[in-house]
Amino acid sequence: MNSLDLARWQFAITTVYHFLFVPITIGMAFLVAGLHTAWYRTAKLKYLRATKFFGKLFLINFAIGVVTGIVQEFQFGMNWSSYSRFVGDIFGAPLAMEGLLAFFMESTFLGLWIFGWDRLPKKLHLASIWLAATGTLLSAYFILAANAWMQHPVGYIYNATKHRAELTDIKAVLTQNTALATFFHTIPSAAFTGAAFMAGISAWLIIKKKDAEMARGTLKLGLITMLVSIVVISFSGDITARIMTKQQPMKMAAAEALYNTQDSAPFSLLTIGTLDGSRSVFQIDLPSMLSFMSTGNFKGVVEGVNDLQAKYEKQYGAGDYTPNIPMAYWSFRLMIGFGFLGALFALLALWQMRKGGTPKGRWFAPAMIFLPFIPLLANSFGWIFTETARQPWAVFGLIKTSAGVSQVVSAGAVLFTMIAFTALYGILAFIEVGLILKVIKNGPTEELDYEDPALGGSDQQNLVMSY
Amino acid sequence: MTFQSTWFLLIAVLWIGYFILEGFDFGVGMLLPFVSRNEADRRAVLTTLGPVWDGNEVWLLVAGGATFAAFPEWYATLFSGFYLPLFLILVSLIVRGVAFEYRSKYGKAQWRQRWDIAIFVSSLLPALLWGVAFANIVRGVPLEKAASGSIEYTGGFLNLLNPYALLGGVVTLTVFITHGAVFLSLKTAGTIRDRAQGIAKLFGLIAAIAAVSFLLWTNLSLPEIKPVVLVLSIAVALFWVAGMAMNFIRREGWAFIFSALTILTFVTTLFTALYPRVMPSSLGAQFDLTITNASSTQYTLKVMTVVAVIMTPIVLIYQGWTYWVFRKRVSASQIAHPERGVLDQVSHTLQQ
Repeated sequence: MNSLDLARWQFAITTVYHFLFVPITIGMAFLVAGLHTAWYRTAKLKYLRATKFFGKLFLINFAIGVVTGIVQEFQFGMNWSSYSRFVGDIFGAPLAMEGLLAFFMESTFLGLWIFGWDRLPKKLHLASIWLAATGTLLSAYFILAANAWMQHPVGYIYNATKHRAELTDIKAVLTQNTALATFFHTIPSAAFTGAAFMAGISAWLIIKKKDAEMARGTLKLGLITMLVSIVVISFSGDITARIMTKQQPMKMAAAEALYNTQDSAPFSLLTIGTLDGSRSVFQIDLPSMLSFMSTGNFKGVVEGVNDLQAKYEKQYGAGDYTPNIPMAYWSFRLMIGFGFLGALFALLALWQMRKGGTPKGRWFAPAMIFLPFIPLLANSFGWIFTETARQPWAVFGLIKTSAGVSQVVSAGAVLFTMIAFTALYGILAFIEVGLILKVIKNGPTEELDYEDPALGGSDQQNLVMSY
Repeated sequence: MTFQSTWFLLIAVLWIGYFILEGFDFGVGMLLPFVSRNEADRRAVLTTLGPVWDGNEVWLLVAGGATFAAFPEWYATLFSGFYLPLFLILVSLIVRGVAFEYRSKYGKAQWRQRWDIAIFVSSLLPALLWGVAFANIVRGVPLEKAASGSIEYTGGFLNLLNPYALLGGVVTLTVFITHGAVFLSLKTAGTIRDRAQGIAKLFGLIAAIAAVSFLLWTNLSLPEIKPVVLVLSIAVALFWVAGMAMNFIRREGWAFIFSALTILTFVTTLFTALYPRVMPSSLGAQFDLTITNASSTQYTLKVMTVVAVIMTPIVLIYQGWTYWVFRKRVSASQIAHPERGVLDQVSHTLQQ
């Protein structure tokens, strides 16, 4: 493999890994803030236990999200320096804003929340978790705006002398429909993920008969959040698909493996095709559904891969403008499939919880524990689809991925760092999962050292979550 | 002042913030095994960093992001050129962050010892490597115009390990150890405070020798003597002496202020020596990256200036407020059950 392929693999590994933790962080931040608020308002101890129990899980997850995020910001310069030179004038701005507006807020107020239990007035302490949560939201917004610009560059001119794209309209970059649609697709997905995490763990607590008083409430909170989120996700996903069809028709064509332009195009639920994905052998179709998804009209015309390839050759010169079609086809379906599977779980569990019931069924109840993995898979496939089906472009129509790689970094160096990051990430995943399982196994605890005069009163540090 | 100069200044400010703040984090991380005699000590030492280290590290992320936005050519050449040192720094920062968060979760001695070693190594490496990296930037590294027209680093890894750069690494390493010791003596009580003060005395001296030699070398190797750089270098030395004197008479607050001022002036010296270059080439001035040929457009710089002017004071206020909230000294006696990890607390599990 050359340094380009290795750098692509490294980006894929570090980014998919990072994004396992990010949506849990965003979703859980708001859920924990909600539980904390419930405790603040009602003074009911079950809410305090829930805040601390899920707060611990949230922090264990947050730590890895933060540290793997540093790599994200550095690797553009390290492995993709030609890309960085080309886009820096535009792409750097949202990244810098993310740091100034979001990272400081997130880290500072989370520190205040973790260590502030007996230091801050209760209202300020509550405000600090909300501010930290807001920080995660702002962070997501800026990075999604930067990504949206790669999908659909706006507000720029191309400077041929300097061979780079230059910003002309920051407002266009930050408020274009691609950015907004992605934001309203990704954020509810994060809520969905955090909620599935909470629901899965709560279900396990109920099965193990640990603090059912608390767990029933958090299970319901998780399940309802999941159902509300999936509605928003579907809605914004629908809008995203239409925007995508207009802006990146090749991506939509690849998602459906639609080779020839056609009207009333069907959406296939299942295709068994030849291995290279060029022809289908067996297919179950929803008639006209693809046309509806991409244009809002059942009779709408959807452009096919072959026609787009010919069109792009005319527009951008000779070359292969077709992404990996089987990957696009399957990742698109797996994203949607896992999303709805999670929602189905939530619906069924909530149905069983009517009139004081609990999730039951020989398979169903134990399966609830695996609920968190469902949105994690949906998220990963969603991003794999979004990023790989844009190929060969790094920024659509402007710079190809192959032109973005660092010229001075050897394949050996990229391979070395890739192996090292992968090994390190693997070890961290192992440790993190171990810690999370331990927290779950312990279950919610009465925090005896919270405001316990026997331990020395207010001079004692409340180290429930601290170091 | 042009927007380019403004951003050169702002990036210098971000690095100053980063080195003052994470500088003491690194120092404390390295001193953890040496100022502590028992588990309660170690917990107390870590608690001084707990609420603030993550916010301190954000200064680096913003410095990186700001360089990307304001001087993309600098960001691209530097990060791809200094590939392996940056990789080592990244790995350290990953391990370190996780180590802080996880080490006290369990009470098991072996678990904690391993994380303590991780904290030590992952604090030492970046403290050393940042000095090596900055000294190389100031000294100039082999930069050439590539076929693509961009200025690229052509030196390889070993080129970065020259004597001047290594001395720069020793300077940041010893300055951060001292700075961390001063911070600890300010933030702790009892025996930790005494030990930290003693370490600050010793390393203050070593750092002084290293820093003075480094600054002399820097001044002598500039193409022409810059009076401002010379004056700043002298200010670095004076602040350091003042800081060490304050440490000696145990005026800990003042000692910390002076060691922070030393770092501020030291970084300012380096950036002043660079200006208006951002990455000089050792192969000829025509290959220098400067604030002009490395910068973004005026429009981008203007947008970013507006954001920075509004946000930086706000950030300083709330980050400063955090330090105020946690201003109390931490003592080992405050740690109720030092040997108990949060996840060991199974005895109170609610059964229903």
